[in-house]
Amino acid sequence: MKKELICINCPQGCNLEVEFDKEKILSVEGNNCKMGLTYAEEEVFHPVRMVTTTAAVMNGFIKLLPVKTSCPIDKSLTPNIVKEISKIKAEAPIRLGDIIIKNVLNTGADILATRTVKKNV
Amino acid sequence: MKKKVDAVIIGAGPAGMAAAVSLRENGIKNILLVDREPVAGGILQQCIHNGFGVHHFKEELTGPEYAERYIEQINKNKIDLWLDSCVIDIENNSKNSKTVVILSKERGISYITAKVVVLAMGCRERNRGNINIPGRRPAGIMTAGTAQKLVNIYGYLPGREVVILGSGDIGLIMARRMTWEGANVKAVIELQSYPGGLNRNIVQCLNDFNIPLYLSHTISNILGNNRIEAVEVSPLDENFEAIKSESFTLKCDTLLLSVGLIPENELSIKIGVKLDPVTRGACVDKNLMTNIPGIFSCGNVLQVHDLVDFVSEEAKNCGASAAKYINGKLEKSEEIPIRKGNLIRYVLPGKIEKGKPALLSLRPINPAENLYLVITTDTGVELFKRKYKNIFPSVMLRINIDIVPDDAEFIEIKFEK
Amino acid sequence: MTNKYDVIIIGAGVIGAAIARELSRYHLDVAVLEKEIDVSFGVSKANSGIIHGGFHAPPDTLKGKLVVPGNRKFDRLCEELDFPFERNGELMVAFSEDEIHTLQFYYDRGKKNNVPYLEIIGKERLLELEPNLNPDVECALYAPSAGVICPYEYCFALIENAKQNEVNVITGEKVIWLEKNGRKFDVKTEKGNKYSARYIVNAAGLFADEIARMVGITNFKIVPRKGEEYLLDRRVGKLVKRVIFPCPTKKSKGMLIIPTVDGPVMVGPTALDIEDKTDFSTTRDGLKTVFNHAQKLVPSIRATDAITSFVGLRPAATSNFSIITKLFSVIKSFAGIKSEYIDGDFILGRTAVSGFINAAGIQSPGLTASPIIAEYISDALLKDGLKLEKNPAFNPTRKRRVKHLRSILEKKDFFEVEKLVKENKKYSNLICRCENVTEAEIVDAIKMGHTTLDGIKFATRAGTGRCQAGFCTTRILDLIHRETGIPVEQITKKGQGSEIVLTPLRKGVV
Repeated sequence: MKKELICINCPQGCNLEVEFDKEKILSVEGNNCKMGLTYAEEEVFHPVRMVTTTAAVMNGFIKLLPVKTSCPIDKSLTPNIVKEISKIKAEAPIRLGDIIIKNVLNTGADILATRTVKKNV
Repeated sequence: MKKKVDAVIIGAGPAGMAAAVSLRENGIKNILLVDREPVAGGILQQCIHNGFGVHHFKEELTGPEYAERYIEQINKNKIDLWLDSCVIDIENNSKNSKTVVILSKERGISYITAKVVVLAMGCRERNRGNINIPGRRPAGIMTAGTAQKLVNIYGYLPGREVVILGSGDIGLIMARRMTWEGANVKAVIELQSYPGGLNRNIVQCLNDFNIPLYLSHTISNILGNNRIEAVEVSPLDENFEAIKSESFTLKCDTLLLSVGLIPENELSIKIGVKLDPVTRGACVDKNLMTNIPGIFSCGNVLQVHDLVDFVSEEAKNCGASAAKYINGKLEKSEEIPIRKGNLIRYVLPGKIEKGKPALLSLRPINPAENLYLVITTDTGVELFKRKYKNIFPSVMLRINIDIVPDDAEFIEIKFEK
Repeated sequence: MTNKYDVIIIGAGVIGAAIARELSRYHLDVAVLEKEIDVSFGVSKANSGIIHGGFHAPPDTLKGKLVVPGNRKFDRLCEELDFPFERNGELMVAFSEDEIHTLQFYYDRGKKNNVPYLEIIGKERLLELEPNLNPDVECALYAPSAGVICPYEYCFALIENAKQNEVNVITGEKVIWLEKNGRKFDVKTEKGNKYSARYIVNAAGLFADEIARMVGITNFKIVPRKGEEYLLDRRVGKLVKRVIFPCPTKKSKGMLIIPTVDGPVMVGPTALDIEDKTDFSTTRDGLKTVFNHAQKLVPSIRATDAITSFVGLRPAATSNFSIITKLFSVIKSFAGIKSEYIDGDFILGRTAVSGFINAAGIQSPGLTASPIIAEYISDALLKDGLKLEKNPAFNPTRKRRVKHLRSILEKKDFFEVEKLVKENKKYSNLICRCENVTEAEIVDAIKMGHTTLDGIKFATRAGTGRCQAGFCTTRILDLIHRETGIPVEQITKKGQGSEIVLTPLRKGVV
């Protein structure tokens, strides 16, 4: 089988031509780097995406904490992850990289703070 | 309050912060970094999505993460940072003295005398008035960036039924963001025959959610009295005029505009900095110095970049030049102009120095396929040649020239078959 | 509950406001009912702000009779009410022999209307006065007495002064029912509130015909005449010092170039009779027309310098008889019927229903004539039997409580800024960076009752600049919320139904 994909791993956005069968990738063309190969494999067999959203902050200098998944997760789960994070109330102070939710919805990914939030004094 | 410093940097976004750090790394002690927002980081703080830093930090970061790396360096280097502070006037006293008047929430009015001023004010979004979308004037029409701030910083959704005009990256990112927060994004409408944003954002922000992208279309009417109720969408003919007979209506309660960015050069104009009519940024030399000696410009206020990584790099170079200027070591060898040839919309800087390497940024006029970018001197020496499969006005190209020959009078840059 | 008044004024545009202030000179209970959420939100908000010299209107019309006396009132009004006013003059320019004849016609008309210092000036002097004009210009009719004001600041000042003198101004109160019972009028509003008054002044702008119809007056109709205007970036500068008119043609009065009292240049308006009183839509054609005309006068004007556009609907009155005559113009017998009013003129004064006073059909030069219209109406009330007894406590002065930072910065008077900041720390917090509006100015506007984004925009100019509120919207929402306690999701652009955001996305975050 053949499929045309656009690699989303970096801003270049290479146009990929991917050939594959039921089990594995046979060939990838058009990629400018190795990331294109990994992307093609994932996108054909189990597409994944990063999720970035916000969680509520209590007693913080700002109201919302930006967060991200520690790694790309199953694409179909992204709306559920956003919903799950919207239920959280994180307590300031928070440091960039702090784990806000561990192993979110059993995806194996953690939810990480992407900004340091000082306590509001 | 009166204060004397070596450098005032206006804007603590990615450009201003990188310029400040670079000045410090080049030995300048007395630096003042000014920003009107209550936190540093500029627009990066509301860009909570990932995709930043692949070039500069060799890893993929979100906007706030990218900003925080620079904020840490600002803190570590003990660079004086004034927040909630607005520059309201600049006076060019002499080659080595500028007075910057600052109105600050904490400090009131301050008069700062500086040897150099670095302009790093960034850009603003074009709005409805700039593009004159006809129709009624209800609530619910805003730029994508305003919506981004409302959702990501303030925590409010501006509406549930959304149409986006313009396929710039902010618009695409907001299509996904609003969808994730429960809105129904009905369509993205793009005037041009190609998308304005990055390919990857078309995939992960539109295609992932089956949001249709209408190329060569525009919004030809806005309906609704209090709140926007619908937009009329029309295809465009080759003269960019709406074909009203083929128009259709999309119901919506929100219209987001992602129709381009304008360098925010109002301060620059006030002090007499000469602007380039194409980039709407300052005309600068190779050192990123404007026509006024001691006033430098970098980042999106100089030219709108696609990637923050390149903003940081440009600002770093700018800081290094500004440091040399302060130390009286900014040498200039003889400058020669760059001529724009076939398909070149703009190239920056406008002049380069003989006998030195040069970094050029440029954009093509139209999208095109299978072309060579060629840079030659008037003496016929080829300085650069590379084949491009696709070029787009929305993708800036950056070219390094190893050395500009001493005997050249000008160089020409063009695309050819 | 019934609220009893001597006079109820329907409509709080500049006309209703000027009448309210005029009546506040007397011992009277006066109320103003305004259907919009804020005053000046109807016809007045889109007014061009010109205080006309007075050579346009025919001398035998109310317009012609009232314009020059109205103009004369503005120096004193501006002193009393502390709103910006500049007598910068107006020029009607001619490009051809034909147009020079037109100038002569308007010169004569202006003389009849008693326009002071009116003169026709030649090319050389004209280009000296206005170097950015098209050099092909031949000569111009010059009325130095003309000026510019900001229409909503004028309206706000009148209303504030009327309030100081005990007039009750009620906004968001749309009159839906009006009936004369004996010697008084009963009024019901959409919200279900009831009022009564011995006199009604109909200053309902576009809807004056509908109000009149409620008491059986059906002899006029208000036809909205649409005008599109475009505001240029402040950066372009004052391309002209005076208001520039072209010579009117049979087809159109032409597009104007207006150096607004606030600085930026405005161009327009178009003129198109329409049906829909809510059609505030700009059009592609309007844009082209405006800029084509404007460029003929001042060639350096560019459409790309526009930062926003808006639409005004002028409430043009037509006699219902003349509508019939137009419809049946072939039937000779109708030609003999004369209408009570001159088409397009103001409809002022007493009516067949005693106690019901019209201030209707007020389009240009209504703003200029407004102070005299107010006197005209108070005189009509007197003739209709209302006792006007001077209130010795009447205070004619209203002062702005806050200074606009922008005007101080324009003078580069930083010491003055320092002084202001010392008095009020809120002056050091810049909210709108395009127009340099501080927290002090916005908080004052909120305290004066302007609690919508548009209300604050009109009161302070915050959000009128080149970014069109892209950067300051969230800051202003915060301030309105902080000062009034209105939840952010209930704050509107211009009244119910124009909310800015939905409910908070994250629980517990406000």
